[in-house]
Amino acid sequence: MSVAAPHKNADSTAQADLRRFDLRRLIALVTKESYQALRDPSTLLIAFVLPVVLLLLFAYAVSLDAKNVRVGVVLESPGAAAQELAAAFAGTRFLDAYFAHDRREVADQLISGDLRGYVVIPQDFEQRLAQRGSEPLVQIITDGSYPNTANYVENYARGVVQTWRAGLDVAAPPQAVVLEPRYWFNPELESRQALIPGAIAIVMTIIGTMLTALVVAREWERGTMEAVLSTPASVAEILIGKLLPYFVLGMLSTLGAAALAVFVFGVPMRGSLAALLLLSAVFMVPALGQGLLISSLARNQFLAAQIALFSGFLPAFMLSGFLYEIDAMPAPIRAITRAVPARYFVDSLKTVFLAGDIWAVFLPNLAAMAAIGALFFVIAKRATRKNLE
Amino acid sequence: MFFSAFSFTRLRAQFIKEVLSVLRDPRSRMVVFAPPILQLLVFAFAATLEVRNVDIAVYNQDAGRWSHELVQRLDSARFITHVRHVDSQLQLHELIDRGEVIAALAIPVDFSRAIAAGDSGRAQVLVDGRRSNSGQITVAYLSSIAAEVGAEVVPDAQAPTPVVVRHWFNPNLVYRWYIVPGLTGILALFSSLMITSLSIARERELGTFDQLLVSPTSTPEIIISKSLPALAIGTLLGLFMISAGVFLFGIPFTGSFALLLASLVLFIASVVGIGLMISAVSMTQQQAILGAFAVGIPAVLMSGFATPVENMPVVLQWLAQAIPLTHFLIIVEGSFLKAMPTGDILASLWPLAVIALATLTMATVFVRGRLQ
Amino acid sequence: MQANTAMATTPTSASADNAAVVIEGLNKHFGDVKALRSLSARIHYGRLTGLVGPDGAGKTTLMRILTGLLVPNAGRVTLAGFDVVKDNDAIHVASGYMPQRFGLYEDLSVMENMRLYAQLRGMDADRNAALFAELLDFTRLAPFTKRLAGKLSGGMKQKLGLACALMARPKVLLLDEPGVGVDPVSRQDLWRMVQALTDEGMAVVWSTAYLDEAERCESVLLLNEGQLLFDGPPQELTAQLKGRSFRLEDVGTERRAVLTKVLDLPSVSDGVIQGAGVRVVLREGATVQDVQQLADQAQVRLAQVPARFEDAFIDLLGGGPGGTSQLAERLSPVELGSDIAVSCRNLTKRFGEFTATDNVSFEVQKGEIFGLLGPNGAGKSTTFKMLCGLLKPTAGEAQVVGHDLRRATGAAKSRLGYMAQKFSLYGLLSVRQNLEFSAGVYGLEGETRRERIEEMIATFDLGGWLSSTPDSLPLGHKQRLALACSLMHRPPVLFLDEPTSGVDPITRREFWTHINGLARKGVTIMVTTHFMDEAEYCDRVAMLSRARLIALDTPDALKRIAISSERPDPTMEDAFIHLVESAEREMEVAK
Repeated sequence: MSVAAPHKNADSTAQADLRRFDLRRLIALVTKESYQALRDPSTLLIAFVLPVVLLLLFAYAVSLDAKNVRVGVVLESPGAAAQELAAAFAGTRFLDAYFAHDRREVADQLISGDLRGYVVIPQDFEQRLAQRGSEPLVQIITDGSYPNTANYVENYARGVVQTWRAGLDVAAPPQAVVLEPRYWFNPELESRQALIPGAIAIVMTIIGTMLTALVVAREWERGTMEAVLSTPASVAEILIGKLLPYFVLGMLSTLGAAALAVFVFGVPMRGSLAALLLLSAVFMVPALGQGLLISSLARNQFLAAQIALFSGFLPAFMLSGFLYEIDAMPAPIRAITRAVPARYFVDSLKTVFLAGDIWAVFLPNLAAMAAIGALFFVIAKRATRKNLE
Repeated sequence: MFFSAFSFTRLRAQFIKEVLSVLRDPRSRMVVFAPPILQLLVFAFAATLEVRNVDIAVYNQDAGRWSHELVQRLDSARFITHVRHVDSQLQLHELIDRGEVIAALAIPVDFSRAIAAGDSGRAQVLVDGRRSNSGQITVAYLSSIAAEVGAEVVPDAQAPTPVVVRHWFNPNLVYRWYIVPGLTGILALFSSLMITSLSIARERELGTFDQLLVSPTSTPEIIISKSLPALAIGTLLGLFMISAGVFLFGIPFTGSFALLLASLVLFIASVVGIGLMISAVSMTQQQAILGAFAVGIPAVLMSGFATPVENMPVVLQWLAQAIPLTHFLIIVEGSFLKAMPTGDILASLWPLAVIALATLTMATVFVRGRLQ
Repeated sequence: MQANTAMATTPTSASADNAAVVIEGLNKHFGDVKALRSLSARIHYGRLTGLVGPDGAGKTTLMRILTGLLVPNAGRVTLAGFDVVKDNDAIHVASGYMPQRFGLYEDLSVMENMRLYAQLRGMDADRNAALFAELLDFTRLAPFTKRLAGKLSGGMKQKLGLACALMARPKVLLLDEPGVGVDPVSRQDLWRMVQALTDEGMAVVWSTAYLDEAERCESVLLLNEGQLLFDGPPQELTAQLKGRSFRLEDVGTERRAVLTKVLDLPSVSDGVIQGAGVRVVLREGATVQDVQQLADQAQVRLAQVPARFEDAFIDLLGGGPGGTSQLAERLSPVELGSDIAVSCRNLTKRFGEFTATDNVSFEVQKGEIFGLLGPNGAGKSTTFKMLCGLLKPTAGEAQVVGHDLRRATGAAKSRLGYMAQKFSLYGLLSVRQNLEFSAGVYGLEGETRRERIEEMIATFDLGGWLSSTPDSLPLGHKQRLALACSLMHRPPVLFLDEPTSGVDPITRREFWTHINGLARKGVTIMVTTHFMDEAEYCDRVAMLSRARLIALDTPDALKRIAISSERPDPTMEDAFIHLVESAEREMEVAK
């Protein structure tokens, strides 16, 4: 073989990439894929049932707002003031007070997890109150193994004591500096309003990345890829034909979830529908690209699923800013989150639902998602050539 | 010819087959072990509900001493990276809109004057409600800074400290101490769920399941042999992550290791049962994988990992009792930090045993039903 | 050289010698494995060209190069005047390809599959209603257009695959083993279809491991280990064997012993069982003397018969395997309590409205080779699965060595061996691990287990492959491994479900040598097959059609039924088609 041979092969591959595009072939492939997707109950389960379940859970189950946290109140002092303070604890709607007379009793319950904290009103409570000394009035013990809840218990318990004391001590000087917080976009501070838009990003990641990785891997496993590759259809047509139905499925799923969020769960929709659609459409680019990339690396469903789980779904869950604040992460991990497309989508979704069309937020996010998507596609295209080698 | 319904030899052969199916291929060995461990390392640092590295905007219309004092304290606060000074309410709004700052402080012209007059200096704090949880925490942080300023205004005020707070088990409320034990459960759950949910579906798709059914092996043997490798891998992963928690992250381990190990095994066994149930009803591998997802994600969300179970509606709280992770989380958190006594662990252990027994029995029934 | 290539790639619609495919100095290797070695050949328009050769000869590799799915390492291939590398796009337009594994989408219906491939080839399905109707008629799939491809029988799938490959009338049609898993009736349809196409001027390449198929081709390319051994009409090769083929007539019950002896003679190149007789092919230059002597001993007649392509093929590849099965030699004779090894009474299976097996009864003697034949979808597999306990009968009962499979399943199952279609082996385990698994799952332990595994490795010559995965094995070795796994526990009854699908003739002979040896030791063999030369090995054959048992007799007796004036000496295939067609006529009349 002469030296020219490898050269010739390279030429031909380049040529194959420049095949002309045929709309009819594309439509045929899209129709095929749609039938397959719609006939498999598992696709419908993921695209339409799971979003409903997730939204329900985010609306009712996963609430970052602590409500009815069970807290013990140990009333050691028989005095009237102590009784009053205890009554104040019983009156708050944020804490579910449980009264006891012995610390040991509640301490055990703290260990077993029945209580998230307890307040001790000491025996000499009346004395301390009268002395105005440096001795603290009450002791607040929290279950530090659940740090978030512990914070709430501390803050609410403090609040109860302060309010009670303020009411008691009319003569006390006013606080020197008072902050008046106003929560924009979410005045009632309902965490579901911030979580539900994020849940849409999770669902879209599953449809885009996981489902796509699986269906492409399946074509290789079942040998249908060989048959399609031997037809005049080009790589671009085959890939687009493969992806378009899942793109549409993802968009439908988003629309359904958005409607559910707005009309059932009362999440406001302050931005425009057009912006929501644009954002979702652009997010599908990296999501699908990642799925395609995974399946071109692993032509076997088990591997594809595992990789999609650990490179797509879990990062979208943990590193997208949906549950955990990205700002609070250490710098190296913040750098990793920049490669997670869901990060940009979650940010944009929260804005489009709660704040409105703020293009200053959308544009950089759109650009980032498009860039990551383009990168995935370029790598996937390189890995998928129109032959079996 | 003597024939027993249960044979150790047959079981061992199938066990080895299952282990090899998952671990013989180096690539699949990689995806079984490497990602969960990597994820633990990343997520342990990522998952935090603390607030750090945020920007705050300040629109200070007051030229007085106290606003200056307040701003200076903000500047030196550790959770704030930058204090952005703006000179109009409009800019303040814009910064919030764009999400560039989490909160914005508007200090009015008469702020210092009011304080000097013995009144309250009132400053408005605008908070980005899109980040509802962090927003609240930010307000709490800001309030304590405001209180510090206030303390300087009246340094001689003999206001007694009304309360003293102690956080048991985790005095500094290190979020990682909570997240690492929890992640142990979640990552082990997903790994064993994926392995088992594919095990029967894959054999069915490739035709080897028939081969197994014509052999003298019994359904319980099939179930046991498919459970054990996943059980071993899941337990191994769990153990590895627990030791990473102790030795790498330095989280105090105060409970009984033996009990934790027993709970881990029972926990994985119940997950394996769920996985096998999914696998037995699935026609294809794709259905098995998606089925595992459709079950796994809600299970994690309802387990109390993200938010406490007691915050949920009663119906969901009942449902959460059927999720193995719910019980395992209590045990693993308790064993790490709380030195949870045996009685309390057993209270969460027996539901795990019941779930494991129920799911594995159901899986056996489903596989039998498939024989038609 | 570059300029040359460019010139050659301009389409020349009809080259001087009317060659559809020109292969020059083709080389292809995968790593160190040489799949094709300096291959040069021509394939012509209007002709059916057979591509034959043993497993691993490079047939599929050549097919994939022709369709542009693989790039050759050296040499040049043009198809319809287009270079397969440079004009890759044009190749996909000019050629139709049907891969070994159909390439059908199982969750799409027949019509949807056809529309998909029509549109992929740039045809408007709605405007080509006439072509669709023609293809449906052609393939006799018209009544099933709405059925999902996954629910079709094997033969229907192949026909649908062919219809899909035929869309847009390619100039060159490439079929990779289209005959695998297809019953004789459907195969006849396939032949009829392909014949019609070549008559229209299409070039058709039919790759096959079955030599009766090759014999029907107008021209064959015979590959072995990547090299072209023969290129020309099959008759030309067959002619070289003139006067070397004989048959020992009516040997009867002793035929297996006779075959073993014949094959062990140095003068014999090949031998197979044909009903009650034994067919023998002499080595080049050998005399018939030894065989004649054997015939005299057995007191049977020795007749000269016309040579077949298969004789020539085996001879060209150096003759078939010997007649003695190492495996069977080691086996002690099977002792069963009764003479009946397998039996079923009024066996019926219904899936909803559909009856798959309808009231089937028969008994199989110990040591018998019992064939279960029938068209695709006749209920063969269902019956077979009920016999080995994979399906529960709706009514009736099945017994294996006296055990009712519904009650004592475990006990009955330990007495049977099962080799599934497509050799269900664990692809993720190595060869040795597969052997160890099947030893273990049948409860073998300790010394016995080690001995058996070593014995299987030695008998089936698997030593060199122990750490490879089954999927990387040549098909023949894969089949050996599957047989080894199913025989590990020395079952007195062996179930073989289409055991030689797609396996080459030499490996098939070796396989049947073992089966014959096992039967002689008293092992009962139950076998389903679509290949009639395998049916000839059976003692008795049960024919199923539309869920019913329509005939049960020896192969020779069945052939006799099909004798007619125009067919004085019918083959097993003729008998099959005759029986199925007359049964269908009767059922029509009964309606």
